[in-house]
Amino acid sequence: MSTAVDMPRFVRAKQVDALPPPNLARGPIAWVRENLFSGPFNTILTLVVFYLLYVTVPPLVKFLFIDAVWSGSDRAACRADSGGSEAGACWAFIFDKINYFIYGSYTISERWRVNIFFALLAIGVAWLLWLKAPRRDLGAVYFFWIFPVLSYILLTGGNADLGARFWLGFAIFAALVIALFAFAAAILKTSMRPALIMGGGIVAVIGITLALVDIDFGLAHVPTSLWGGILVTLLVATVGIVVSLPFGIVLALGRRSKLPIVRMASVIFIEFVRGVPLITVLIMANTMLPLFLPGDITVDRLLRPLIGTALFASAYMAEVVRGGLQAMPKGQYEGAMSLGLNYPQMMTLIILPQALRIVIPGIVNTFIGLFKDTSLVAIVGIFDLVKTIEASRIDPAWAAPTIGITGYAFAALFYFVFCFGMSRYSLGVERRLAAGQKR
Amino acid sequence: MQTVVSQTSPPQKSFLYDPKVRGIFYQVVLVAAIVFLFYVAATNAIENLQRAKIASGFGFLNNTAGFDISQTLIQFSAAGGTYGDAFIVGLLNTLLVSVIGIFFTTILGFTIGIARLSKNWMVAKVAMVYVEVLRNIPLLVQLLFWYIAVLGTLPQPRNSLEMGAGFYLNSRGLFMAKPLYASDAWVLLAALVVGLVGTFVYRHWARKQQEQTGRQYPVGKVTLALVIGLPILTWIVLALVGANPISFELPRKGTFNLTGGMQILPEFVALLLGLVTYTAAFIAEVVRAGILAVSKGQSEAAGSLGLTPGQTLRLVVIPQAMRVIVPPLTSQYLNLTKNSSLAVAIGYPDLVQVFMGTVLNQTGQAIEVVVITMGVYLTISLLTSFIMNVYNRRVAIVER
Repeated sequence: MSTAVDMPRFVRAKQVDALPPPNLARGPIAWVRENLFSGPFNTILTLVVFYLLYVTVPPLVKFLFIDAVWSGSDRAACRADSGGSEAGACWAFIFDKINYFIYGSYTISERWRVNIFFALLAIGVAWLLWLKAPRRDLGAVYFFWIFPVLSYILLTGGNADLGARFWLGFAIFAALVIALFAFAAAILKTSMRPALIMGGGIVAVIGITLALVDIDFGLAHVPTSLWGGILVTLLVATVGIVVSLPFGIVLALGRRSKLPIVRMASVIFIEFVRGVPLITVLIMANTMLPLFLPGDITVDRLLRPLIGTALFASAYMAEVVRGGLQAMPKGQYEGAMSLGLNYPQMMTLIILPQALRIVIPGIVNTFIGLFKDTSLVAIVGIFDLVKTIEASRIDPAWAAPTIGITGYAFAALFYFVFCFGMSRYSLGVERRLAAGQKR
Repeated sequence: MQTVVSQTSPPQKSFLYDPKVRGIFYQVVLVAAIVFLFYVAATNAIENLQRAKIASGFGFLNNTAGFDISQTLIQFSAAGGTYGDAFIVGLLNTLLVSVIGIFFTTILGFTIGIARLSKNWMVAKVAMVYVEVLRNIPLLVQLLFWYIAVLGTLPQPRNSLEMGAGFYLNSRGLFMAKPLYASDAWVLLAALVVGLVGTFVYRHWARKQQEQTGRQYPVGKVTLALVIGLPILTWIVLALVGANPISFELPRKGTFNLTGGMQILPEFVALLLGLVTYTAAFIAEVVRAGILAVSKGQSEAAGSLGLTPGQTLRLVVIPQAMRVIVPPLTSQYLNLTKNSSLAVAIGYPDLVQVFMGTVLNQTGQAIEVVVITMGVYLTISLLTSFIMNVYNRRVAIVER
């Protein structure tokens, strides 16, 4: 049957000549041709990029390393030579001030305490971030309870000297808490033992914390006004993560709650905090917090931005955790409920362990943001790393044109090392978690 | 009364086990706690304010400010301006730097995001290094770097760098020609508006035509001609007639200083540079993720339909990528707007610097000032997310 289609237009009548073999498929030259000079447009692009690199990289290397001044004890070393050659980065300035950049004005004889704080922090972070570490549950207890208490004692000196009246009050409070739990158990007609253990546990945790803070370990008191530098930067970041993770989880659960008022309160808090810049929150903490407290209570100047950043980070953390909660298949909730677990059991035993695991990358990314944001406390007058650099920059003993750039280069390097390391970690976890999802 | 139906009584248990009762109980406790917190805070605040003899209420907005602001988009002077005026000046400065920043950061961010996906190894690697470095250094450090390290090394006004075309650069900022509008400048504006409306109408018509007949019309060229060509043509015609709608006042170099022209503060330049380069690194990642989210099969299918690579990108990949890109892109725009509050660190007179800084310190009315400032940012955020939600609903894939 003949078709109406004009065949010759569609079917090739003649054999096509074979294409020439690809001239070089391997080797560095082929790679360069393929990746850098594959066409006129690409060639121009490559040349432009090479030019840009030529303009930026050699002067940068020259400034940071070749012309840099590595030793010296005052500005004379870092001023341009009389011979006319320009002085580069003044690393001598960093070496001279490094103790100030790390500890601020912390009492010199007591700085070993700060070093122990750094070590404790490193242990806690490593314990929690290393996914195969033994007893990560104990790690959480360490990081969210033991470590903060120890740090507080180490850094301030402890010895809060609460007094007998306080302890009498605490004893009454403890009795009330335990009685409340016992009463609840009696009304609900459940067994008394778990209720008493729970009440006793809460009282014990608070009591031990207070007792540790109260005991005089013989450490000299170091007022927070002396703290500074990397110590404060890490402190703000640590307090941020220690507070924001639990508080963020509570807010996320609140936002997913079926109870309308709980949900509304969480949503208002989260959206409010996420809608305003951190600096306004810090200024608010600085100016309004003292107003809201009774006149005779003063809030430590370092504590105010700590509260501000912690609340700020909590809202962001809540959104990350909510993402994890929403990603849980409904079957997990239903399975837990059909096993007869109540809400706290369902959350702590089934949902949260899985949900938190899948949002580890998100948590780390939020933490990177928090870590960078700690630099903002400098604006409200806290001596973090940026502020100590600001203060040293104008030191007349080191008055030289390159001091400012060197100081900020140092700060940039410090933040970059931490943030880049964390982002690599989060990428690694992401890949590992994705590997489990692959079929 | 005989309608009472006897029910099988439910198993006896305490009403405390009823989830509803428990829910109400928890919520009552929460409300009581919040109310108590607010009550304590309010009573303390009232007491503290009375003791410190600080006035309350928003009356201070009508008081004379008594300080000068270095960059004002509206008329403002220390003698005549009120705190309310200072608020508007700060708000406008924030909006100015945000809008200009969003414009430039979008261009830079898209360029770098596409560069990261380039087949050119060199370009991709340089883009990656840019993103990694800029993302991992706090914005504050970058701003201080731009402000002190780069702009601080600029020459004194008497040795201004001349960059040609009436541009001068010195430690007081960037100087450039200032446009002076004559009374007939409205004709140009009208031409621009006509061009924009015409473009809109033409695009609509072209799309309709294409849907009906399949014929394509040169939309890009016509847009260019209408939006840019028409005003320029009008200008030429006006110039030929003898009218001069816009003239430029060039900065003149005096012995010690530049006079005339338009001055752009170094703080503004530093803030803009910092915000644009920082946010661009994030936008680049958003763009990259969006383009990667379009599956390869889409572009292969487009290719097998006979679309050219350019058409594939324009008609198939980008519309689908935009669906992924736009929501995080908006939140980056919001971040840029919120981050512009870091201006306070380098002294650019934005809302936070003027209002939460100077005005707060002068009046001491912390609560009112903080509430107003946060309210502004909150309004911007909520408005944007509302518009975003509407947009999202429009472009979302309709699932069956």
